[in-house]
Amino acid sequence: MKLNRIGVAFAGLGIATALVLTGCSTSGSTTPSATASANATAIITANGSEPANPLIPTNTNETGGGKITDNIFAGLVYYKADGSSANDVADSITTTDAQNYTIKIKSGLKFTNDEPVTSSSFVDAWQYGALLSNKQLNSYFFESIEGFSYDKDSPLTGLKVVDDTTFTVKLKDKEADFPLRLGYTAFMPLPASAFKDMKAFGAAPIGNGPYMLPDAASWEHNVKISLVTNPDYDGPRKPKNGGLTIIFFATEDAAYAEAQGGTLDVLDSVPSAQLANYQTDFPDSFVNQPAAIFQSFTIPANAAHFTGAEGKLRRAAISEAINRDQITKVVFQSTRTPATDFTSPVIDGYSKSLEGSDVLKFNADDAKAKWAEADAISPWTGKFQIAYNADGGHQPWVDAVTNSIKNTLGIDSSGAPYPTFAQFRTVITDRTIKTAFRTGWQADYPALYNFLGPLYGTGAGSNDGDYTSAEFDGLLKQGQAQTDVSKANEFFQQAQELLFKDLPAIPLWYSNVTGVFNKDVSGVQFGWNSVPIYYEMTKA
Amino acid sequence: MVWYILRRLLQLIPVFFGATLLIYFMVFALPGDPIAALGGDRGLSPALADQLRAQYHLDQPFIVQYFIYLGGIFTGNLGTSFSGQPVSQILAATFPVTLRLTILAVIIESIAGILIGLVSGLRKGKLFDASALVVSLLLISIPIFVIGFVSQFIFGIQLKWVNPTVGDGAPWKDLILPAFVLASISFAYIVRLTRSSVIENLNEDYVRTATAKGLGRRRVIRVHILRNSMIPVVTYIGTDFGTLIVGATVTEGIFNVPGVGRTLYQAIIRGEGPTVVSFVTVMVIIYVVFNLLIDLLYGLLDPRIRYAK
Repeated sequence: MKLNRIGVAFAGLGIATALVLTGCSTSGSTTPSATASANATAIITANGSEPANPLIPTNTNETGGGKITDNIFAGLVYYKADGSSANDVADSITTTDAQNYTIKIKSGLKFTNDEPVTSSSFVDAWQYGALLSNKQLNSYFFESIEGFSYDKDSPLTGLKVVDDTTFTVKLKDKEADFPLRLGYTAFMPLPASAFKDMKAFGAAPIGNGPYMLPDAASWEHNVKISLVTNPDYDGPRKPKNGGLTIIFFATEDAAYAEAQGGTLDVLDSVPSAQLANYQTDFPDSFVNQPAAIFQSFTIPANAAHFTGAEGKLRRAAISEAINRDQITKVVFQSTRTPATDFTSPVIDGYSKSLEGSDVLKFNADDAKAKWAEADAISPWTGKFQIAYNADGGHQPWVDAVTNSIKNTLGIDSSGAPYPTFAQFRTVITDRTIKTAFRTGWQADYPALYNFLGPLYGTGAGSNDGDYTSAEFDGLLKQGQAQTDVSKANEFFQQAQELLFKDLPAIPLWYSNVTGVFNKDVSGVQFGWNSVPIYYEMTKA
Repeated sequence: MVWYILRRLLQLIPVFFGATLLIYFMVFALPGDPIAALGGDRGLSPALADQLRAQYHLDQPFIVQYFIYLGGIFTGNLGTSFSGQPVSQILAATFPVTLRLTILAVIIESIAGILIGLVSGLRKGKLFDASALVVSLLLISIPIFVIGFVSQFIFGIQLKWVNPTVGDGAPWKDLILPAFVLASISFAYIVRLTRSSVIENLNEDYVRTATAKGLGRRRVIRVHILRNSMIPVVTYIGTDFGTLIVGATVTEGIFNVPGVGRTLYQAIIRGEGPTVVSFVTVMVIIYVVFNLLIDLLYGLLDPRIRYAK
């Protein structure tokens, strides 16, 4: 899920701002209230923003619209709070080679206009979403299916309808985590009526999910959208409340005031001005947990003094010279969680005790020893700098990190600001940058591979440091060839252990999601994508 | 008189073309590519970006885009936002809300401002006058978002007298607090303007004459002082009406009013040319029409001001 443009300015560039959180780690994310009797007809109110695009699943790529489409459509799988996936509409998704998938869906399901949900509902929707001339913003999600083309209209030849409840998918390559993607908005089914007039459909979508939009008038543009429960939905996401109203706020501050006033049940982003007091304003009902956003800085593979055996020592020394606990507490008011791997705690398969992860712990003595050892190979000269874009609020943490390095290793270290994000990205993409630079990644879908392949695979699109390791590539490939996700994850964990030795990027921390909710609401949990799981919420 | 009004209305035509051209150019010149922004931080494939650009005519030169937009206006089509909603619908949904908010604010600031300013002027140098001056100075010097957040916190969250933000359909009662906030600064100016104008008029010959004639004090104040003091105040209120409609962005943001300022801000962020241009053009027209109304009002207040045919 892409962030909206404002979100990009903040979260994408990594400012201390609010995104949402998953799982249930810190205090108060789930308050079992024994006294409050849940009211099955109560309407939950939540914050949101006016969708930036029509509500067509394959064209909804920002959080404002995604919150809505995820609740009015049901895909083949859905994501639980811990980041794992389970079948929703799918009856089974099977493969023998991780390249050819057979998908069976439950029979007897229907859209809210009484059209049946069949395998064609999925195949037609995906074909529509992938076709270039349909100009769908999520089309890249179909890139791994056979027949997909970025440059011309080309049908997905890899999709075949077998019967009403069965279809097959052939991928271009082996991809073990393909089933994990299927809960994303882009993969939702569409009723046949949608294709007759997609414009009208985008204004009043008809879905098959836990909630439904009763009519076009229930979407009051720029004000709110009122969803009611879908009586025909009988899947695993059956709502425990009577409906969901998403109110569009212009600012996070206005939404926070409304939550304080008691009329907004759940808020999934605390404005930065309130980070100091939200835990006292909502003592038993706040959330502050890591999200699927990983932040790091990358030292280019060919940077002077950072290659070969010397490079490994220096990278490890720099990593151990950073006091992540202190920086997240002081600079970020604990809205970052110190990293323990290269992915995120909300992803299925995450482990905080991977071999070699000690290198992420502050250890001044070991850092000095390793640095001295590297000096013996080739004496250090120059200055260690971390580049960042000055328009994204990164200066405080970059200064803190470089100070930590300077004080521990006794070398000259500082930040290297570029005025804008555009200029910063330019020097990175044309590879003229010679210093380390800040990097970050937000997952498209909850899978370990999504944090590894695109970032460190040889020649991968976001491999900005030009890291290359045949062993690492091999482990990823083996993982992707597995037919069982947990087996695949073992390979991805081994691949990470390799990364701890090479440290192409120095992991720093995970962005947290911060949220608050009202006392009479219970069952509040945040999904892997930082959005609250509305259907589980009950209200007294 | 009729000719005068007609001539003023005719002036609207060049104003309209000038404003749309200028604003369209400014939106065109905004840094950043709205289509690239649609793709978020992942970016769009070049072929997809090209197709989207063609859909919104963004691949055409500026002047062609402008004429396509103008052509749309004359066929009643103001274009659509990226979310597929016709701009005319957005206009119809937001302007009434902001108009209500502005009317409330103008009523509040005029009644309170003129009354307090009048009493202040009549009791120049007394305690009431001094307090009014201090309060208005305070209001002028505090930024509006501080007034907004503080009053939202006190009246909305602590005392719970009103909803902290504006609810469904922006009902009048929810708009009262935002209107007070919106009115606060102009209120302070109106107090000061009325006060100095009244003080000036107190020393005029016609006031002395009226008093000498034996007219009651109330009548002297109402007909001779207040009415003559109103010209600068009315000018201010009139222009303020336009300013408030255009400049309520901050207040609308704090109280989540689904009005013009908020929508326009979002449209600018997203780079939605048709929405921005249509909104600003309507604002310009409102501003011009209000200026005309004020000019006509002068004639009523002071019969010496007459408009040549």
